Amino acid sequence: MGKIQLNQVTKSFGDVEVIPPLDLTIENGEFVVFVGPSGCGKSTLLRLIAGLEDVSGGHIMIDDVDATTIVPAKRGLAMVFQSYALYPHMSVRKNIAFPLRMAGMDKAEQDRRVSQAADVLNLTDYLDRRPGQLSGGQRQRVAIGRAIVREPAAFLFDEPLSNLDAALRVGMRLEISELHKRLETTMIYVTHDQVEAMTMADKIVVLQAGRIEQVGSPLELYQRPRNTFVAGFIGSPKMNLITGPEAKKHDATTIGIRPEHIEVSQTEGDWQGTVGVSEHLGSDTFLHVQTDASPDPLTVRTTGELSLRYGDKVHLSPRVEHLHRFDAKGLRIE
Amino acid sequence: MARAVTPQRKALNTLIAWTIGLVIFFPIFWIFVLSFKTEGNAILPPLEVLTSPWTLESYGVVQERSDYFKHFGNSVIIAFGSTILGLIVAVPAAWAMAFVPSRSTKNILMWMLSTKMLPAVGVLYPIYLVFIQLGLLDSRLGLTIVLMLINLPIIVWMLYTYFREIPGEILEAARMDGATLREEVLYVLTPMAIPGMASTVLLNVILAWNEAFWTLNLTASKAAPLTAFIASYSSPEGLFYAKLSAASVMAIAPILIMGWFSQKQLVRGLTFGAVK
Repeated sequence: MGKIQLNQVTKSFGDVEVIPPLDLTIENGEFVVFVGPSGCGKSTLLRLIAGLEDVSGGHIMIDDVDATTIVPAKRGLAMVFQSYALYPHMSVRKNIAFPLRMAGMDKAEQDRRVSQAADVLNLTDYLDRRPGQLSGGQRQRVAIGRAIVREPAAFLFDEPLSNLDAALRVGMRLEISELHKRLETTMIYVTHDQVEAMTMADKIVVLQAGRIEQVGSPLELYQRPRNTFVAGFIGSPKMNLITGPEAKKHDATTIGIRPEHIEVSQTEGDWQGTVGVSEHLGSDTFLHVQTDASPDPLTVRTTGELSLRYGDKVHLSPRVEHLHRFDAKGLRIE
Repeated sequence: MARAVTPQRKALNTLIAWTIGLVIFFPIFWIFVLSFKTEGNAILPPLEVLTSPWTLESYGVVQERSDYFKHFGNSVIIAFGSTILGLIVAVPAAWAMAFVPSRSTKNILMWMLSTKMLPAVGVLYPIYLVFIQLGLLDSRLGLTIVLMLINLPIIVWMLYTYFREIPGEILEAARMDGATLREEVLYVLTPMAIPGMASTVLLNVILAWNEAFWTLNLTASKAAPLTAFIASYSSPEGLFYAKLSAASVMAIAPILIMGWFSQKQLVRGLTFGAVK
């Protein structure tokens, strides 16, 4: 089991309130990603759940038991840290077995679980090495191994992939997702990378300044962002947000249109513009077009073959059915 | 860009370094030479001292006149005792200051350091009176406690610096893994801090071994360590150079040898935080 509920949880450091009262329910077996810009309180929230920080108010329930004042070790949660936080003086085997040893498990059972975890994580050949002799990806796997042997109620990941290079990151992302599918254990994953959030999560929690901006599945957030913050944060490249007369035409303060929802034509369209920098990714090309609709250039996604050059005149037309409208407070208008 | 060093310049630097080194080392070397001379030959002009016959006579006299091994034993007990006692107090203190700092942690550290700037003689009178009251004068226990207190700021500071180098996330990981505070300190923190702790122990043993002010003032005969043993050879009736030298060599030899063998560890430990 691994159902986690936060009821009116707050956290202050001195006079600074980093998390205003917050409610959140994480169902058993869910893969939940906390995402937001740096300093939004996502790591603090994770540490509150872990018990590494004390809440300033409210309650944390784990499997319907009030865990607010329970020490970290007794909450039945396992955590994977950004820096891996392996014990440098112990072999990989001892690192993975450490939580079992602390729990006083008998040696045979310890060995069985360690070799099982090593098998799952392809670490069998490295069990007698020290963490210092491993690559970044291997260290991360040891950290995960140390978490899974405990068979915790939930896994907590604190930006676990941010120290890895891009290629490894994609690989580990898949491994963690696969691990979730196989174990079906609750996972809470903190990241500032919205691509990680989109690809891994069952449920994304977007945070800003300690407040939850929106909770939902990746597609819900993508298709129906609740406000301009979520609209701008989720999606890569970012959604184009346009204010002023163009927005007025649609009875909104701000309108948003994603780069893939803009048609490009060299002959006719709603907005006239000049092509600026274009980024060729092979499959796609992202055009940055300066238009009369907005002071900021609009980003447009086109197919890889389209050949437009710097300074070319183009016409853009947003696909109206994909237009997002927001009011003066930045909230979505249905 | 690396600075170009000409061979001449290198040779000159080497010469200067050696000269300074030898000048500093010379008194110890001379004590060593004099300890192997007779009392009469020890006061000859330097060149004649070197050419005069060598003898172990002074060592024999010193051992006969005053019980070297008793003093040696006292030194060992006081130096190691104060260090172990110091660690017992300092490890939790340094842990608390490094990992759960409060607003006044910096001030406490500075205050502790400031006690080292106080002239020791300033507190001699009160401590002496306390010692009389508690019956600790000329006792190994009393001396061990005083030396522990004298060196405690240094032990806490050194350990604090080493502990600060240990990433907090590792200790948090231990906490998540179910380690109690005791297990966290025992299985995770201490093994990681061993190089730092070793040099703390070494430095403190050396400081305690060499401490003369308190050992001379608070002991008479029973608890007198090697410092008092040397001092007993500088008498008002005139100096007996050869015997004084022999006593000095016997007193400093153990710690010198220990320092020699552990210098690598000591240097590594002392520069631990500075060079990463």
